[in-house]
Amino acid sequence: MSTGPSVATPVPTARRRRRGTKLQRRQTHLAWLLLLPALAVVALVAMYPLGKTVYQSFTDQEFLALQPTKWVGLQNYRDLWHDSLFRDSIWETIKFTVITVAFEFGLGLAIALVVNSNFKGRGVMRAVMLVPWAIPTVVAAQMWKWMLDDTFGVVNDLGVRLHILSHSRAWISDPSTALASVCAVDIWKTTPFVALLLLAGLQVIPQDLYEAARVDGASVLQQFWKITLPLLKPAILVTLIFRTLDALRVFDVFYVFFGNRTDTQTMAIYDQSTIVGDGHVGYGSAVSVAIFLIIAVFVVIYVSVNRLGEE
Amino acid sequence: MSTAAEATRPAARPISRSRRMRKSPFGRIVLRIPFYFLIAVIFVYALFPFYWVVRSSFTPEVNLFQTPVHYFPQHPTLANYRGALSESFFTDALINSAIVAGGVTLLSLAIGASAAFALGRFKFHGRSFVLYVMLSMTIFPQIAILGALYTTISRLHLYDKLGALIFSYLIFTLPFTVWVLTSFMRALPGDLEEAAYVDGATPIQVFYKVLLPLIAPGLVTTGLLAFISAWNEYLYALSFIQSPNHYTVPLAITSFVSKTGSAFAVPWGQIMAATVIITLPLILAVLILQKRIIAGLTAGAVKG
Repeated sequence: MSTGPSVATPVPTARRRRRGTKLQRRQTHLAWLLLLPALAVVALVAMYPLGKTVYQSFTDQEFLALQPTKWVGLQNYRDLWHDSLFRDSIWETIKFTVITVAFEFGLGLAIALVVNSNFKGRGVMRAVMLVPWAIPTVVAAQMWKWMLDDTFGVVNDLGVRLHILSHSRAWISDPSTALASVCAVDIWKTTPFVALLLLAGLQVIPQDLYEAARVDGASVLQQFWKITLPLLKPAILVTLIFRTLDALRVFDVFYVFFGNRTDTQTMAIYDQSTIVGDGHVGYGSAVSVAIFLIIAVFVVIYVSVNRLGEE
Repeated sequence: MSTAAEATRPAARPISRSRRMRKSPFGRIVLRIPFYFLIAVIFVYALFPFYWVVRSSFTPEVNLFQTPVHYFPQHPTLANYRGALSESFFTDALINSAIVAGGVTLLSLAIGASAAFALGRFKFHGRSFVLYVMLSMTIFPQIAILGALYTTISRLHLYDKLGALIFSYLIFTLPFTVWVLTSFMRALPGDLEEAAYVDGATPIQVFYKVLLPLIAPGLVTTGLLAFISAWNEYLYALSFIQSPNHYTVPLAITSFVSKTGSAFAVPWGQIMAATVIITLPLILAVLILQKRIIAGLTAGAVKG
């Protein structure tokens, strides 16, 4: 019988012995029936729209169409290839992704290491770290938009008072600092979340390993490289891929800061403004498919890196 | 003369001076200082923006648009709160978001628990395939189907209705819910279930009376996470909702415009007051339920 949590044999053993019995078939029937609502939702809300998007990308459909929609084959994709705004948006998105993931990961790991040690108020720290993650991204963006205000914002005020800045800057409107300001918001909001995920991974590492290393005379740095990092690898990889995919899909904070300003668009902003703003459903669908493929490339890269790491 | 105890005691290693210092009471305090400084820095980094929001919400509009900036409200006022709450689209938005998030959460839990029962307690061909489909759905980019959803929702006459959001939010709440609840279901031992079957219970009864109560923590966790992600969603709300009285909270927070009609004076005081109203319950909920939230997040991420 079971001696604790069993994963492999959830169904009572007595009934499993004979395959293909009426009971077994009934059980399978029931399982699929229970799955039906979930599968229906996935098919309806994800698969069907995805297929429709691919189909629409081969048409010239407009939301407020005056003429009937017609098939245009690869024309949308040809136009997309020459679309400099789309290319800019891809580049902007990649810049954002690299900067935010690097900072969030670096800072997050540092914070996780600090909070991992036993100290009074550790529980409070963990709760505090969860707070930026829990508030709506749009609300966080509004908070920072006010803090980064060029005349009355506290960031400029503190910076000038502490002599870090020589003068107030228009963080959001100035194109040279626009990306930095958006990254700052995302980093503020997400670093604690990354830190929490890494902290969970850290807490699984047994303390005995560190003790043994200390007895053998290993320095703190050696302990970090030889014990912490390798054992943290699964958590690091999972956190990296989730953060990377989230960053590639970024929309909220860019929209609140810049609206539809064309010099700082991400892929998602460009897609949304093409479909909903301009009503170009057909062309916008081609953009959507392109975005989907770009993200799929990243997933493939991640899965291969993961597989290579396991060998 | 060496006793047996002395002979078995490991040879004492010479302790370095720095180690002696660190172990002394004085050393312990001194070394703690940079550590607690770091903790304080993290604390301030996470929470200062909230302090600033609260401070701004209690500052009269007149003083907000003034330099130099004051770090403590000199003439605290409730005018901003009154202003924010008097905007009907804001109070409507609180209700709308509650309806949408609540609806999506209930649907996700009901559908998700049923699917988790099948995936976690039954063996059948295609089980792994379905599980991996669910997992891959969690990284599905919502922007990719915006166009198709847009036209589908218009055709279903759901445009500008809350139903459109309840429908489309399932795309990111359901897969995660199924995935996490399945891992909870799988972890349950089979004894209670077997006993119930032996007593003649039908699978449905087993589901309701035995399994659901056992995975209650999982239900709370995934319900919470689903609620939070539905509450915070912006892209679909922006694209599918038009009338101000159907706005959800993220739409409302970006819709405060100056009453005087001036294009330049953004009512930051009211926006900050609205922000406090929105975030305070969220912060309290997170502080109270943090263990559950962290458990759910790590179950989905680290384990997967």
